[in-house]
Amino acid sequence: MEKTGAQILIESLLKENVEVVFGLPGGQALPIFDAIYGSGLNFILVRHEQSAAHMADGYARSTGNTGVCIATSGPGATNLVTGLATAYMDSVPMVAFTGQVSTAVIGQDAFQEADITGITRPITKHNFLVKDVKELAKTIKEAFYIASTGRPGPVLVDIPIDVQRGKCEFIYPEKVEIRSYKPTYSGHAGQIKKASEIINRSERPVLYIGAGVVVSRAEKEVLEISVKAEIPVTNTLLAIGAYPTDAELALGMLGMHGTYCANKAIQAADVIIAVGARFDDRCTGKVCDFAGKAKIIHIDIDPASISKVVDIDIPVVGDAKIILKDMSKQIEKKERKKWLKQINAWKEEHPLSYEKNDNKLHPQYVIEKISELTKGEAVIATEVGQHQMWAAQYYKAKNSKLFLSSGGLGTMGYGYPAGIGAKFGNPDKEVIVIAGDGSFQMNMQEMSVAILNEVDVKVVILNNHYLGNVRQWQEMFYGKRYSHTCLSKRKDCPPLCNTPNRDRCPVYIPDFVKWAESYGALGMRVTEKKEIESALKKMLETKNSVVLDTWVEIEENIFPMVPAGASLDDIITRING
Amino acid sequence: MRHTISVLVENKFGVLARIATLFAARGFNIDSLAVGETEDPAISRMTIMVKGDESVLEQVTKQLNKLVDVIKVNDFSDIDYVERGLALVKINVTKSNRAEIMQMVGIFRTRIIDVSQDSMIIEVTGDEEKIEAFIKMVMPYGIKEVCRTGEVALARGGGRQ
Ligand SMILES: Cc1ncc(C[n+]2csc(CCOP(=O)(O)OP(=O)(O)O)c2C)c(N)n1
Repeated sequence: MEKTGAQILIESLLKENVEVVFGLPGGQALPIFDAIYGSGLNFILVRHEQSAAHMADGYARSTGNTGVCIATSGPGATNLVTGLATAYMDSVPMVAFTGQVSTAVIGQDAFQEADITGITRPITKHNFLVKDVKELAKTIKEAFYIASTGRPGPVLVDIPIDVQRGKCEFIYPEKVEIRSYKPTYSGHAGQIKKASEIINRSERPVLYIGAGVVVSRAEKEVLEISVKAEIPVTNTLLAIGAYPTDAELALGMLGMHGTYCANKAIQAADVIIAVGARFDDRCTGKVCDFAGKAKIIHIDIDPASISKVVDIDIPVVGDAKIILKDMSKQIEKKERKKWLKQINAWKEEHPLSYEKNDNKLHPQYVIEKISELTKGEAVIATEVGQHQMWAAQYYKAKNSKLFLSSGGLGTMGYGYPAGIGAKFGNPDKEVIVIAGDGSFQMNMQEMSVAILNEVDVKVVILNNHYLGNVRQWQEMFYGKRYSHTCLSKRKDCPPLCNTPNRDRCPVYIPDFVKWAESYGALGMRVTEKKEIESALKKMLETKNSVVLDTWVEIEENIFPMVPAGASLDDIITRING
Repeated sequence: MRHTISVLVENKFGVLARIATLFAARGFNIDSLAVGETEDPAISRMTIMVKGDESVLEQVTKQLNKLVDVIKVNDFSDIDYVERGLALVKINVTKSNRAEIMQMVGIFRTRIIDVSQDSMIIEVTGDEEKIEAFIKMVMPYGIKEVCRTGEVALARGGGRQ
C-alpha cells in the first residue's frame, strides 16, 4: 500500500523502536504532526526546540540508544543548532528531523526557509535533504545507522513539505550498505602487540579514558587490564563513572579542574594509554608540555582523532572493547609498588578539598551530600560552570551513563532538558540536575514538560548569584573586575561593584521557590549548611518535580586549576598557594 | 610542501560544499580544485591541491575520509602520476610583437584560439610548471586576463587509485 512521506517517517521510527521523540510543530512540519496524531508514537512537546535536542541527547547518553527530535523549518530548525553542536562535540547518537519548505520553492527565501543542511554541516556527523519521497525510508535507515555506529554523532534529515505529502510504497530496508562509510571495529593485530609490549615494559603507565569507553561499553575491560597490570586510571569529564571512583588505582579526572594526582601522574608517566579520549585542551593543558616523558598509545574508533592534537606513538584504530579484550591477553600481570606509592603520596599531598570546618554553605558540601544520599546511583545531569566541575569532582557515580554533562561545547542550558530526557529513558532512576543559577535560566521553561508528563526531575541549584565560572576567571586573571557576571545587579548598583554581599545587595530574582510553585512543583530554599541534608532527603522523597535553591558561598572558587594554556605541571591547588 | 590529493566522492548535491566546509573550518587553503564525473557516473573525482606540512596533510586526509560521502582519498605525493591543467591567457598584442608572441606559442606548444586587433587568447595545457612558465614568459607583453582550471591528476600505470 502507498503511504505518505509523513507516514513513512513515523512508521520508520516505530520500526527503529524509538521509545520517545521530542519536538515542537510548525507550518512546514504539519503533515508529520498529522501522521503522529493517533500513531502510538510517544511524542513529547517541548517549549523550545533547543531543549528537544538536549532531551534527545540526555535520553541517548543515559540509555545508549539513539535520541530523536523533530522541529519545523526555519526558526524551529535553527533552534536545534546548539543542541546538535553539543551532541556532535560529545559524540552522542541522535537523529533530528526538520520540516522544510516545498522543493519547488527551496532557494527562494520562502517563508520560514533556512538552509539547515548548510547551517548544520559542520556540527553534524552527516545530514540529508530528502528531495524524493522514494528516498525517504532508505535515508532514515541510513541516518540511524550513521548516528549510532563508529564514532556516534547527530544526523539531521531535512524533509520538504511536498515530500512529507508525497506518496510511495513503504519498504523499510532491512540492511544498510554505504560504500563510503565503513567504520573499523577490530584493531590491527600488529599494533595491539606493539602496544602491549610497551605496556609490559613500562614502569609508570597511566590509562586515560574518555567517552569512547562508555560508548563501546568497555568499562569491564579497562578495569581488568588496570587491575592485572596495576595501571592507575584517570578519566575525562565524559567518562565519569566508567571506572570505580574509590578504587586505589582511580586517579579521578585529569585536566583543568582535575585532581592533583591525575595531573601529576600524567606528567610523570612513561606510557599513556588513551582509550576513547580525544586529548581535549581542557585535559592536556599546554600541549607541548603534555606527558613529556611518555610514549603515547591511542585507542580510538575515529582515525581522525589520532595525532590531531598530540603526536601518537602507537595508534590502534577500532572499537575500544574489542581492542582491549585482545590486548588483555597479551598484557602481563605486574606489580608496581613504587609507582603506586608515588601516586598515593600525591593523593595525600593534595586531595580534593574545601573548607569543612566552618558553618558556611559550601557548594562542594551540597554535592557530597547528594552523592552520599543517592549512593552514586542517581543520574546526574549538569549545567555548565563551577557547579559542573564541583559535581564532577565530588559526585561519586557508581557507573557510566549516570553523569551527563556538556563537555566539548560547554553548553549552558544543557543540563535541565538533558535531565528530563534521561528521565524518559530511565523512569525508575532518580534524576538530579545540578544547576548554576545562570545556566538554569537558559532552559528552565521546560518545567512544563516535566510537570505535564509527570517525570519528576529534581533540580538542585547551586545559587551563587553569579555567572560563577566567569567571575572566578575575572577574580583570578582580570584583577577582580566583575564585568557583567553578577545576576542580581540592578540599574542603581554601583557600576564597578565587586563586593557581593547578600545582606546589602538587591534581592535576587527570580524567586525560584515561587517560580517552581507556579508550575505545581515543590520549591525549597536552603541558606544554611545544617538544613541541607534534611532538604535533600525531602527532595528525594518527593514524587514530583522539585527545585531546591541552595544559596551557597558567593565567591567560592574551583580548585585545583590549571590556567588556560598552562602546562599540567602548573596546577594551582588554591588561591595564593 | 604542495600536495595533490585525489578524492573519489559520491556524485550527489552538497558534496562539494561539504568538502569546502571541511577545509574552511580547519583553516586550510585550497590552492586549486577540479571536479568532474568519473567513468562511473555515480562517482565524481575531486583533484585538490593544498599546501602544508605533513601533519596538516595527514589531518586533511583523515578528515576527508571521515566524511560519509567520501569513498576514497589518495595523496599523490608519494606516487608517480600525471597532472594537467588548462589556462586561457589574454595578452596585449601590437603589430610589432605579434610575430614574437606567435613564436612563443610554438615553443610552448600552446594554441591561439582568438585573435583581435590588439589582443590574443592563448590556450595552454600542461602541468602547473609549464603553465606558470608560459605565463611568466608572456608577462612582459602585458596580460589582460587569465583564467585557469584546477589541475586534474591520475596515477600512472594500469592500477586504479
Ligand atoms: C550558552 C553559553 N553561554 C555562555 C557560556 C560561558 N560560560 C561558561 S560558565 C558560565 C557561567 C555559568 O554560570 P552559572 O550557571 O550560574 O554557574 P556557576 O559557574 O555559577 O556555577 C558562562 C557564562 C557558556 N558556557 N554557554
